[in-house]
Amino acid sequence: MTEPAIEAVSEQKAVGALDARGDVGEARSLWSDAWRAMRKNPMFWISAGMIAVFILMSVWPSLFTNTDPAYAILERSRERPNSNAWFGRNIQGYDIYARCIYGARASILVGLMTTIAVVLVGGAIGVFAGYKGGWVDSLLSRIGDVFFAIPLLLGAIIILVSLPRTTNYWFIIIKVVLALMVLGWPSIARLMRSSVIQVKPNDYVQAARALGASPWRVIRSHILPNALAPVIVVSTINLGGYIAAEATLSFLGIGLQSPAISWGIDISAAIVGLRTTPHMLLYPSLFLSLAVLAFIMLGDVVRDALDPKNR
Amino acid sequence: MTEVILEARDLVKHYPIKTGILRRTTGHVKAVDGVSFELHRGETLGIVGESGCGKSTLGRLIMRLEEPTSGSVVFEGQEMQKASTGDMRTLRRDIQIVFQDPYTSLNPRMTVGDIIGEPFEIHPDVVPKGGRRARVQELLDLVGLNPEHINRYPHQFSGGQRQRIGIARGIALNPKVLVCDEPVSALDVSVQAQVVNLMEKLQNELGLAYIFIAHDLSVVRHISDRVGVMYLGKMAELGTEDEVYQLPTHPYTQALLSAVPVPDPTLRGKRQQIVLVGDVPSPANPPSGCRFHTRCWKAQEVCKVEEPQLVDRPDGEGQHRSACHFAEPRPIVDTVDVSHLEPDERFATPEVVDPEARAEREMSASEESRIAAGDGSEAVELPREHGSTPGDETRLVGNDEGQGGEEGHRRQP
Repeated sequence: MTEPAIEAVSEQKAVGALDARGDVGEARSLWSDAWRAMRKNPMFWISAGMIAVFILMSVWPSLFTNTDPAYAILERSRERPNSNAWFGRNIQGYDIYARCIYGARASILVGLMTTIAVVLVGGAIGVFAGYKGGWVDSLLSRIGDVFFAIPLLLGAIIILVSLPRTTNYWFIIIKVVLALMVLGWPSIARLMRSSVIQVKPNDYVQAARALGASPWRVIRSHILPNALAPVIVVSTINLGGYIAAEATLSFLGIGLQSPAISWGIDISAAIVGLRTTPHMLLYPSLFLSLAVLAFIMLGDVVRDALDPKNR
Repeated sequence: MTEVILEARDLVKHYPIKTGILRRTTGHVKAVDGVSFELHRGETLGIVGESGCGKSTLGRLIMRLEEPTSGSVVFEGQEMQKASTGDMRTLRRDIQIVFQDPYTSLNPRMTVGDIIGEPFEIHPDVVPKGGRRARVQELLDLVGLNPEHINRYPHQFSGGQRQRIGIARGIALNPKVLVCDEPVSALDVSVQAQVVNLMEKLQNELGLAYIFIAHDLSVVRHISDRVGVMYLGKMAELGTEDEVYQLPTHPYTQALLSAVPVPDPTLRGKRQQIVLVGDVPSPANPPSGCRFHTRCWKAQEVCKVEEPQLVDRPDGEGQHRSACHFAEPRPIVDTVDVSHLEPDERFATPEVVDPEARAEREMSASEESRIAAGDGSEAVELPREHGSTPGDETRLVGNDEGQGGEEGHRRQP
């Protein structure tokens, strides 16, 4: 507990020193200040480093391993970790380390794409409903409630089964993203709507209107910056959740399917050896948990940095 | 009398009351119900009344932040309610507003420079892009803040300083009318005086006309040329400051003024105080005829039936507008002219705080202390100290931000 306290004190001193020279010349914006606060936070560097490694893994998996994840040596099935296969081999005789590395791509892609889609769709609907109010708000909120009432997995199963079947990797990813987005937008829309409604009656919004600012300008420079923080936090936490949901769908056999590589598929396949060879389950689960954790941590750091009151 | 710059014509604002599942309109809250007045160039019109009488709604109607149910606001001969979007944009330059709560009227995520600079971004032709920063600093200086604080966030300022920022934003476009919606109600008394003095100074320098909405009778009297008294969405009395305060003819004004505390203990219990019975009726179901008849000691049959008009009625010396069938003057507040007396030197002077002199002093003080502090890490905290009257140097002693060296510098001059 003492370390963050010392950290905070030294940060304050540093900010004071910054003020001394920064107060006069250079202009400072919200984001440049946020960056200044973030780069002093070790949590930011840890989570950003982890995310960078995962992204690198999904873009260039061959940087991390030379082993072909689709090369099965059946006679070495369920081999324990050794110098040859660091994380051991699974029931098919695949190298678990290589499969963990190659599995990152599906998770990161689904997580990022779903989050972006949900924030764009849900955020736009939420801002529109909250700003307009009246019957527009009621209609959009009720539509959101209809989607909200559908259980995520049941809904995703229905959507994925009813979409045309394919074995194309990218097409399956898009299908999963679509299913999660259709079921996920109402939570962000609700959140966005409520924070817009909270921010809208503030006097500074009225002042901007009194100055003759257009609705677009009011939303962009007054409502969004003050309403975005909860959405950022929740969507980063959701990003972890979408990665887990992708793994769940693959686990159930309706998301990605072999020969595609995903942590979910490997976790599903490892269940048979839960008691005898738990390493088959441990490593893909560890990668999954670390990826989810990294995004949640980053979300937290960004929220703290964006709030000037925390500085 | 100078020319009329803004005129409210029979402004009405009713809010529907919706009940039940079907959200049917079952009645209306008559927040503002037929208010007319005119504002002359460069004058201050005070609007007083108790909470919920429609003062703030009136301010928002004048700003066209809300559309009136009926009636109109005419600015320099142009009817605002009929103005097109483009005309309205131009009109907004001339009418600006200062809000009550300095804690919610500034966007917490924008720097002071962005907040005061926003009017220039919305109206880009007022000041060319290159000159905006200098203009913002000029405005900060004008309202008595350190121009170097342009990059600070609102939460780094005190309430009084924030209200100055709000005023700087309001006057940025050189408006002709500034609507002040209880601008000092959220501030403590010593800071109220500074802000009111600042507003008077700005009026003298910039020729602004104020609509000063407040519930503090003494503040309104101090700043206003003319005063309007509102009761339940209607104007009860309207006249010059002397007429309303010394010769009130409306019973409500008389009751209101009799409640003003007199700072003289020897008069305690000796003066006449009119205590009204009952509560303010609901604006959703206002009384018939004169709205005040339910609480008025003069009420007669005619008051319940016929609504008195706000017209000139004799007040003993001349006449001014009052909405009472039985208007007659009744002096309530004794006014003693103290302007010729020498102020007691033991107390803080009531003089206008001169921001220029203070800014200069602070700049030199902060520079000196910056040199003294060496690394400069502490020096920057010093200019936060604002908003106190000059000569009141004791404030520095208790200032936990001030370091020993700085105090020395401050005391020496």
